[in-house]
This record gives sequence, C-alpha cells and structure tokens, in this order.
Amino acid sequence: MSEKPRVGVFVCHCGINIGGYLDVPDVVKYAETLPDVAYAEANLYTCSSDGLQKIKEAIKKHDLNRVVVASCTPRTHEPLFQGACEEAGLNKYVFEMANIRDQCSWVHMHERNKATQKAKDLVRMAVAKARLLTPEEEPEIDIQPIGMVIGGGVSGLTAALSLADQGFEVHLVEKEDKLGGYLNKLEKLFPNNTKAEDVIKPLIQRVKETPNITVHLKSTVTDVKGFVGNFDTEITTGDETLPLNVGTIIVATGADYLNPEGLYGYGEVEGVVTQLELEGLIKEGKLGKAKTIVMIQCAGARIEERPYCSRICCSEAMKNATLLVEENTRRDLYILYRDLQTYGLSYTELEWDAKKKGVKLVKYDIERPPVVTKGEKGPVVKVFGPLLGEELTIEADMVVLSAPLIPNEDNKRLSQLLKVPLNSDGFFLEAHVKLRPLDFATDGVYVCGTAHSPKEVAESLAQARGAASRAGIPMAKGRLKTAAITSVVDETKCSGCGTCIELCAYNAITKNERGLAQVTSAVCKGCGVCGASCPERAITMRHFTNEELEAQGLAAIKEA
Amino acid sequence: MSDFEPKIIGFLCNWCSYAGADLTGVSRIQYPTNLRIIRVMCSGRVDPPLPLRFLAEGADGVMITGCHIGDCHYIDGNLYAKRKFSLLRRLVEKAGLEPDRVMLEWVSASEGQKFADVVTGFIDRIKKLGPTPAAENPEIRQGLLAAQAAAEAYRLRALVGKEEKLETKGNVYGDKLSQDELDRIMDEAVDKEYTRNRIKLLLKKPMSVKGLSEKLGIDSKVVLEHIVVLRQRGWVDLHEVRDHSPFYKTMEVA
Repeated sequence: MSEKPRVGVFVCHCGINIGGYLDVPDVVKYAETLPDVAYAEANLYTCSSDGLQKIKEAIKKHDLNRVVVASCTPRTHEPLFQGACEEAGLNKYVFEMANIRDQCSWVHMHERNKATQKAKDLVRMAVAKARLLTPEEEPEIDIQPIGMVIGGGVSGLTAALSLADQGFEVHLVEKEDKLGGYLNKLEKLFPNNTKAEDVIKPLIQRVKETPNITVHLKSTVTDVKGFVGNFDTEITTGDETLPLNVGTIIVATGADYLNPEGLYGYGEVEGVVTQLELEGLIKEGKLGKAKTIVMIQCAGARIEERPYCSRICCSEAMKNATLLVEENTRRDLYILYRDLQTYGLSYTELEWDAKKKGVKLVKYDIERPPVVTKGEKGPVVKVFGPLLGEELTIEADMVVLSAPLIPNEDNKRLSQLLKVPLNSDGFFLEAHVKLRPLDFATDGVYVCGTAHSPKEVAESLAQARGAASRAGIPMAKGRLKTAAITSVVDETKCSGCGTCIELCAYNAITKNERGLAQVTSAVCKGCGVCGASCPERAITMRHFTNEELEAQGLAAIKEA
Repeated sequence: MSDFEPKIIGFLCNWCSYAGADLTGVSRIQYPTNLRIIRVMCSGRVDPPLPLRFLAEGADGVMITGCHIGDCHYIDGNLYAKRKFSLLRRLVEKAGLEPDRVMLEWVSASEGQKFADVVTGFIDRIKKLGPTPAAENPEIRQGLLAAQAAAEAYRLRALVGKEEKLETKGNVYGDKLSQDELDRIMDEAVDKEYTRNRIKLLLKKPMSVKGLSEKLGIDSKVVLEHIVVLRQRGWVDLHEVRDHSPFYKTMEVA
C-alpha cells in the first residue's frame, strides 16, 4: 500500500470492563495526536452492531485505510472487526488490535493512572504496526471430501452416518473388534427406558449397509500429518498400516468407566458392583433375589483428584432404582447421594417417579462418607444422614457404586497426534465453550460425545450430528481460504542454504528449479521460525514482519 | 530507585502465552503495569536482533514466553526459541549488559496465575538491576548495536539454525555434536562475530589497529586478524596511512 496511511482508532469502553478502570476519553484524545491517525473515537461496545456500523461509517467518511480497535483480545474478536473492515471495502489484514482489557484494565484494576498510561502505550504500539500493515491475499486450498471418525460408539456411528448422508466418504476407526461402544453393555436408557440395543443395533446396521462408510475394526490412528483438507493419516490394524488421506477428522473416542477399586468395599466385599455391572446383570437376567439394594453416588467423583461431576450418574441411578422397584415392589432401594443432579426437563421427573415408587433417598456428607463392610449375608452399609441427624445401618444384598466416566487412557497420545488440547481433567477441549463448541482450535478437527465430557446418549447424538455438520462445511465447499499469515522468500537474497527447509515442521518449504527456497502458502502455518532463522534474512513473515514488530517495540519504549 | 518503573517488552506466542495472559485478565489476577506485550505467532519467531535493538534503544528488560516444550502449537517452534534465546543471552552479556535483563519462560493457555507470577517476578528482577545503562552509557549502546548486527549476519544465524539438528540428528556424515561441543563452538563464534561487528561500527570513523586495540581492550594481533577477515568480507577497507600506520574505515554500502 503505497498511499499514505490514514489510521482510524476505536477505543472500547466495554461497558465498565475497560471504562471503569482507565480513562477511555483520555486514550482517545491521545490517539488523535499519533502520527497518521486520521480519526479516533470511543465506543461503549465496539463489538456491538452499532459499534461495527460506526467503524464502517468512519472508514468511508474519513477515508481510512488502516483500522485499530483498542478493546479486548484478538484471539476472540479480531475476526469480527476484520469482517467490518471488509464490509467497508478494506482488506482484513490492514486491521490491528490493542488489547487494553484482558491484558490491561482487568489486570490493573486498582491503578487507574498507570493503566491509562499503559493503554496509551498499547494504542501507540498498535498504530505503529498498523501504519506498516499491507493488504494480503489469502491462499486457497482444496479440501479432500473424505471424513475420518475416530471411535465407533454411539457418537462416532451417528457422526459417520451424518457425514455419509451428506454425501461424503467416511472412514470409521474403532479400536475394539465390534462397533457400539458402551451402549453394548447398557440395558435401558433414561429418560424413557428405551432399550440400549434398540438404539445401537439399528445404527450399527445402517453403518454397515452404507456403501460410503468404511469401517476399520481393531484399528487405531497412529499418525496424522498435514492440515485441514489434507490430513495424511495412518491407521494401524494389528501389524498392518494403512495410509489414508482425509479432509476432516472427528474425535468420538468416548470415555472410560472408573474402576472404583478400594472405594466402598469394591473388589473386597462381595455384592459391591458398579452401575455398569448392574446394567449387565439386569441385561443377562442374573440379578437373582437381591432385595435390599443400596446405590452410592459420586463414588470417585467430585473429589480433589477428580473434581468434575460425571453428570449422568444421578439420572442413571434413578432409572435403575425405579426399574428394580417396578420389577419387584418388595425390593428396598436406597440412593445415597451428596447432591442430586438430575438436571434438565424430563430428568427431574425421574427423581419424582423414583420417590413415588418408594426409592429412599439419603443425603450423605463427603466429610463422613458411607462405610461398606462385609456382613453375615451381604454387604453392610453405615451412613450418617446429616438431614436425619443420625447414622443408618443397612443390611444390604447388593451395593451399587455410581462411578464416574473418566477420560480415555489414549486421549493424551491422540491429542498430541492431532495437536488438539485436553482440559485439566483429561477430556478433549473444544476451541471455545460457547463460540466454537464442536470445533478444536486446529482447523478441520472436531469433537463429540463423551470424549469431550461425560454426557448422556441424547446429548451425544446431538453433538455428533453437530460435529458432522461442522466437518461438512469445508468439505462441501471443496475449497477453503487459509490465513495469509505465511512466510515469503525474497529470491534475490536467498542463497539456497536449505536451513529453512530443515526447520519447517510442515514441509511447506521446498527448493525450486533454481535451487532457492520456495514456500507453499497453503501449507505454511505462519509460525515464522524460518524467517527468524534464515541466515540471509531472506524470508519475510507476512503480517508479522521484522519492520512491523520493530516499530511496535520501539513505540513501546519511546513516545515519538 | 524505589520509584523506578522499568520499561519491559514481552514477546508472547499467540497460542499459549498470549492466551495465558488473556486468562490472567479473565481471572482478574493483578500484576504491575510495566509490561508491553507484542503478539507473535510462535516464540520461535523471536529473532534475536529485535530484542537486542529494543535493549539498545532503552528497554529495561525483554521477556519471551511460549508454549511448554512438547506442547508447541507448531510442533517444535519453541525448541528453536530456546536456541535463539541462548544466543540472545550470550550477546547481551558480550555487549556488557546484565544477561538477566532477558528471560525465556513457558506459559500455557491455562496458566493465568503463572503468567502473572512470571511477569511480577521479572519486573522485580529488573527493578533490582535498576534502569538500563544503555541509555546513559554509549559504550553499552554501541555494544548492543554490534550484538544486533552480529545476530543479523550469516554465521551466527546459520549456526543457530542448525544447532537443534546437529545435536539431535547429526550432520551430513551422521556425526552428532554434544551440547558441550555446540556451546564451545557457539561461544567462539559469538566472541568473534560480536568483536568484528563492534570493529565495523567503530570504523565508521577511521581508526588504526592500535587505536582499536586500546578502545576494545583486545590484543592488537587479534584485532589485526579480525581486520583481515573484515576486509575479506568487504566490510572494511584501508582508508589512509597516517604516520606509517594504516587507518581502516567501514565500507559504505550504497
């Protein structure tokens, strides 16, 4: 852009989030004095439709060719403001942000003057960079219309079918020797007591009958290279490996069940089982004559080493308790709980129904948890009920532990392979809990089901369909624009030493016919390691050039 | 110096540390106001000439933060950040500045508290060191500019670029170098390249070998060796002979 820069600066109050802790009007006044700033204004919320409209109007009215927004973080809001620039006819790469909220007003809430000074500095730095910004073209890449779904449980099967229904070829990779996952082990599903096999068997059948789904049993994904549109993967089945080139990947690897070894007599006292084992016993008709049954909630969950709530266990216990009482009204059912979390629309009814049918609910305190010992004919449960104010002793025939879902052991390996994060509990972490709940931050990789967090079947089904439609977007388009933040080689400076080729983690740099380095923009992910290492300083990082970073830093040190 | 408010520049990688710094804000964890953040895509992007320039121009400290080793968004960019930082620290020391004025730390996107702790700790460290001498002491400023020039020139860049591979995969003959051997090679190269760039800067005004030797406190034989190399590179040339002693001058590049 050879024309003289005309920078517009928009300083956001963010309600009181910024305006309450630093002097926004003063920052605006200061911005007006900066070189090449043609216009500056304050907004209550720059990200509101009104704020965006004001940016667009100012671009037209003041003939702006660079835009700086001083507000929150580019990590969440840069695309929104770039969109406003584009709508007003500017290239999105002439936009720059100054982070005066997350990295200023929120971390300096008791130092108004210093925070205002810092905000001015950050605006000056952003303007200094903006003056040097240039419009960039975004490279386009082809998207391979083939999806991979990892995990053949209810989520993976649903996602695979949904992708196949959209017309894409799908590879479904399952580590076990059959499809279905945990639903194979369950008897009936809450809230409406649908038989698990009535859900899973038709799904498996449809997957098997769908010609564009290829099922790989006893297989694991052992290598993933490349990027959205062209993942070069490798799946291993026994001793054999199979290379597969796919456009998108959905992680539907599910969760595991905690083995509550050592908790409440499990593994020591006969007659202590888990809810999952109970489902199996009911399914196989092996429950026997167990009359007094005690269920213990949060067995291994909501404790220091596993602080999360497994969400499904309260409803699961209500459902199983009710079924057992319905089957034999002479049964005595107790549910020992810490807090009942039968959340949502129909699930509270489960709780009412259970109570109506005579299931006894006893609250216990984590400070004084139930104790299970071996009695003469079965397990004996002693529990102090803080609501009752006394200790109960229950001579039970069976104790059922509601153990939580836990992250799969393989999650860590897979997360490193796919370059996607896990949360502190070890489940897969989406890009943004509200803005991008089904995507990973890595383009082209999506998540659904209990791999993401403990959830029941209905939620898993909805998430699986959602993930499949997200994955369908780039594949249906066939082509995708990728960020223009890539490196570019100045051939007049390049000596062909090959340092950059060795450093590039994505094999985005090759030697051309003249023996000089050449970057494939669509493959370049924009880290800038090559440019920072080039012995001849022949590589420029678009949007983060040496000149831009230097101007930013010098502006931080000096006022002028 | 209790009212000394250091100017500190931080390079934060977009994916981990910048997100971590945002989380510090979202969590309303407070830290002092001295840091000015520059967002880069990867800590491996931080080319040593940039921090050296900022230090020469009066920054009291420069910190670089990136994803933890093994967690780099770009697979292994932070390994190169580490290599580059070690060059940076060496050059800062050569220039006569406290090497503790630069820092490299790993902060993940979930470590909001750690980010605040890292920043607070670094600000304290710089406060203890006091204002940068580069602003007052032209020798140190010149030293930092020479260090910047050395970091921009081929030899050190080529070495740092190859270091990781030389240690882990070996050279074209398959010979691997240990970290000790690499350190020795690096120390020697840094010493030579720094001195040569220092001479090159000094020779903007013509000087004799003797004059350079006195100015730099280096044996005149060593200075002469450097002059030979600098002439070979076409960086300096003979300017005139005064009282039988040759005066050299940096070549002006058009």
